[in-house]
Amino acid sequence: MVADLYSAKVRESRAYLSLLLTPLQWVVDVPSRFAGEVSDIVVDRSLLVKENAKLKSEALLLERKVQQNDALWLENNRLRQLLKGSQRVDEAVELVELIGVNPDPFQHQVIINRGSENNVVLGQPILDAGGVMGQVTEISYYTSRVMLITDARHALPVEINRNGFRTIAIGKGELDELELDHVPDTADIQENDLVITSGLGGRFPRGYPVAVVSEVIRDPGQQFARVRIKPTALLDKSRHLLLVNMPESKVIPFEEVK
Amino acid sequence: MNAGAPTPSGGGGLIILATFLVGLMLSQIPLPYFVEWARPEWVAMILIYWVMALPHRVGMGVAFFLGLFLDVIKGSVLGLNALSLTIIAFLTLLLHQRLRMFPVVQQALMVMVLVGINQLLFHWMQAFTGYTGDNLIFLLPCLVSAVLWPWLFVVLRGIRRLFRIK
Repeated sequence: MVADLYSAKVRESRAYLSLLLTPLQWVVDVPSRFAGEVSDIVVDRSLLVKENAKLKSEALLLERKVQQNDALWLENNRLRQLLKGSQRVDEAVELVELIGVNPDPFQHQVIINRGSENNVVLGQPILDAGGVMGQVTEISYYTSRVMLITDARHALPVEINRNGFRTIAIGKGELDELELDHVPDTADIQENDLVITSGLGGRFPRGYPVAVVSEVIRDPGQQFARVRIKPTALLDKSRHLLLVNMPESKVIPFEEVK
Repeated sequence: MNAGAPTPSGGGGLIILATFLVGLMLSQIPLPYFVEWARPEWVAMILIYWVMALPHRVGMGVAFFLGLFLDVIKGSVLGLNALSLTIIAFLTLLLHQRLRMFPVVQQALMVMVLVGINQLLFHWMQAFTGYTGDNLIFLLPCLVSAVLWPWLFVVLRGIRRLFRIK
């Protein structure tokens, strides 16, 4: 056990062991995959038509936003150039699929279907449609393990979107709640504020939504305000996830951080 | 290992391995969040059965390697489950002659104690490596395991008799 905690060699053997277990994980995943396909087949036609219409209108709205976004992005870069600031680089993302969940309820981890053979790197961020999900903490050959942001051992540098107030979101081991750490009583945080990644620490890209403030408790008897936030990502439901490829220079090697 | 009558080798081993594989699969099937706390410890239960029924074939070595696989599945430090399952196998080896004599209900109680020891050891050691828990809900699986034991016992005994594993 001590060897596993402190030596990299043992971690390799762990990758071999989980390679042996990979087919087992695939087999376990088959029923839910199958159920998904069946519900695709036996779906009602009117439901499909309705869904199609809804998606079309959504796509239209999003396209309009993207048009605006492109223009804004270019303008922003031009302004930055004028100010001789550094340009922001767009991150590339890759669609990955969730194939397993850690059976231990104390640890919030999921398993995705990409591993070292697909150039996954330790510490790579994972998103879903709603926002940040977590980061890669363990890599095998064809699978890797992702620690969710709600894990009790996870912390994430964030800021409040409205005013840029920086703080840290701490996981508590509950799937629908995180907490902001060391927030002064006087800090300008309100309910329904959007919390986004601040990009500090270099692990996560800047500006992705993390959570919405659900409750601010200011107790005069306490040194800090308690701020409870609710993650925007569907941590226990999403099946299709995005693996973010950070620009090379930005990823801080895992060992260095330790 | 077996000094007694020559036993038909091969087949039996594969069947035992298959039951363990099913156990490993059952222990990682995704469950709703609130049911996950009550997930029975399949691998530990199957191990207890085989050690009880065939102590000359399934012992602490098997338990150790099973534990390694369970560690990889649960993402815990390599060796946590290996150690706790080895200890369970050892205790079952000590008790196996008495366990065989017990009626099924009494066996289930013993299984509860054994799986409970497994859970306690596992979470105690998890606490060393970073996780801090605050309640005793992690003991729930041992209760569920005990409730399921009679059925598991009957099924595994059926398998053992069907394939004449000795």
